[in-house]
Amino acid sequence: MAVTRHADAVAPVRSSGAFSIWVSRHVSTSFGSLGRLGRQPFASLMIVLVIAVTLALPAAINLVVKNAQSVSGNWDNALDFSVYLRKDLSVSEAEGLARLIGQRADVETVKLITATDALAEFKEQSGFGAALDQLTDNPLPHTLVVRPGPGNTTASIILLQEEIGNLPESELVQVDTEWVRRFQAILDIVRQAIAIGSVLLGIAIVVIIGNTIRLDIESRRDEIEVTKLIGASNAFVRRPFLWTGFWYGLLGGSLALLLVQYGFFLLKGPITRLAGLYQSNISIASLGPAESGAIIGIGIFLGLFGSWFTAARHMRRIEPR
Amino acid sequence: MIHLDNVTKRFPGGQEALSELSLSVDKGEMVFVTGHSGAGKSTLLRLIALIDRPTSGQVIVDNQNTRRVKSRKIPAYRRQIGMVFQDHKLLYDRPVFDNVALPLIIAGLGHRDSGRRVRAALDQVGLLKKEKQNPQTLSAGEQQRVGIARAIVTRPKLLIADEPTGNLDPDLSLEVMRIFRRFNEVGVTLLIASHDISLIDRLGCRRIALEDGRLQVEADPWL
Repeated sequence: MAVTRHADAVAPVRSSGAFSIWVSRHVSTSFGSLGRLGRQPFASLMIVLVIAVTLALPAAINLVVKNAQSVSGNWDNALDFSVYLRKDLSVSEAEGLARLIGQRADVETVKLITATDALAEFKEQSGFGAALDQLTDNPLPHTLVVRPGPGNTTASIILLQEEIGNLPESELVQVDTEWVRRFQAILDIVRQAIAIGSVLLGIAIVVIIGNTIRLDIESRRDEIEVTKLIGASNAFVRRPFLWTGFWYGLLGGSLALLLVQYGFFLLKGPITRLAGLYQSNISIASLGPAESGAIIGIGIFLGLFGSWFTAARHMRRIEPR
Repeated sequence: MIHLDNVTKRFPGGQEALSELSLSVDKGEMVFVTGHSGAGKSTLLRLIALIDRPTSGQVIVDNQNTRRVKSRKIPAYRRQIGMVFQDHKLLYDRPVFDNVALPLIIAGLGHRDSGRRVRAALDQVGLLKKEKQNPQTLSAGEQQRVGIARAIVTRPKLLIADEPTGNLDPDLSLEVMRIFRRFNEVGVTLLIASHDISLIDRLGCRRIALEDGRLQVEADPWL
């Protein structure tokens, strides 16, 4: 009863804008916690740096994988294979065969490269133009570039390659884009590994922040005891530590974002130059707003979780003696 | 205001700090608890502040049986009692003003109102001009007065003090007691543990004398 009566005594000010008072208390507590970090700039910076590096690592690898995937995903010729025809076949026979294969349900397109075209292209690109002119007769066969239809599985493509290879007109089937699929499989594994590694690194951040908060609580033990003695609840004494965790997470996440973006900025030039050498027009993606937000958000979440977890455990143990 | 009924407090070691103690303090009274160290003065105050709970018996404070106050409700319970400590228990990382404002912040008061109340409390203990100083720069007597200002800033109906003049010389002790007296005149109930008999006699308040956890003599208030 008397508890409520006491609350009544405080009520006149409380009822008018209790929410704004609550907000302003949080604002002042949060800046108090930030100020506390500022008073030990070196120690605070070390912890922020550790958090930043721990967050930046998976974020950066993720960015690299994302770019690698988009580059290799652009190769829609990933499943193409070449069929070299017997040398004694005429152009019209080759055209007939191309049409025939093109009618198969499991084939999307067939492109014929005649021996003449192939030689012309080879002359142009190899730089042996003059030497090749000495040839009396074209050593190259006609070639079919077969693109399997989208409905194919890996097994059905192998079957298709075998069937075409067994045709009397074909000399050799060459799968020269196999590596693209292997590359994508490797990327899948790397992505999985990042996911697992990220969870471990996240736990590391929670432990780092938790340990820092624990030391902070120990060093302010007297203060906590006194405040509890004059009627502070566990939630009240916990609040500044939650804000400390929040700031560690926010600053760590922001620094991680800066590190990744700066690294990306450094690599952008060389990658564009490399892409130019391959005559490809690769555009590399940096972190978008959603991903940037996610890095900072994850930082804040881990900071709050680590501090809450620690504060909840230790606060209950500190009681006035 | 305070009512103890057959209260025993036994510590894990087996020794009894209080043995079947019964006493009452009425609303508006100013009462001293005296006795040698180890007589149970501090234990009595700790039971009232719910820092400890009795082994058996009832402690009733302002019509609340402390036995029924759940752990979760202890902070709210403590907020209605003003507490003064022998070692002041001030926070030395912040100025006098913030120390006195702390109970109001805990109670969730707005900034403007708490400012007014803090200054009123500091004025009552004569430290209005020192609000910006760090408590460490103050004398022991002044520090104790800051502690008193903090205890009364929420305008509690009950104030308990454990050896508030224990570290002070006679003049400062008398000054602190006069401050307590003024609160008592405006209706605050006070329970003060002290061993300074001569000082208590000068004030002419009721005395509860403890010896080995029991009542020694309930001195006549007019003596």
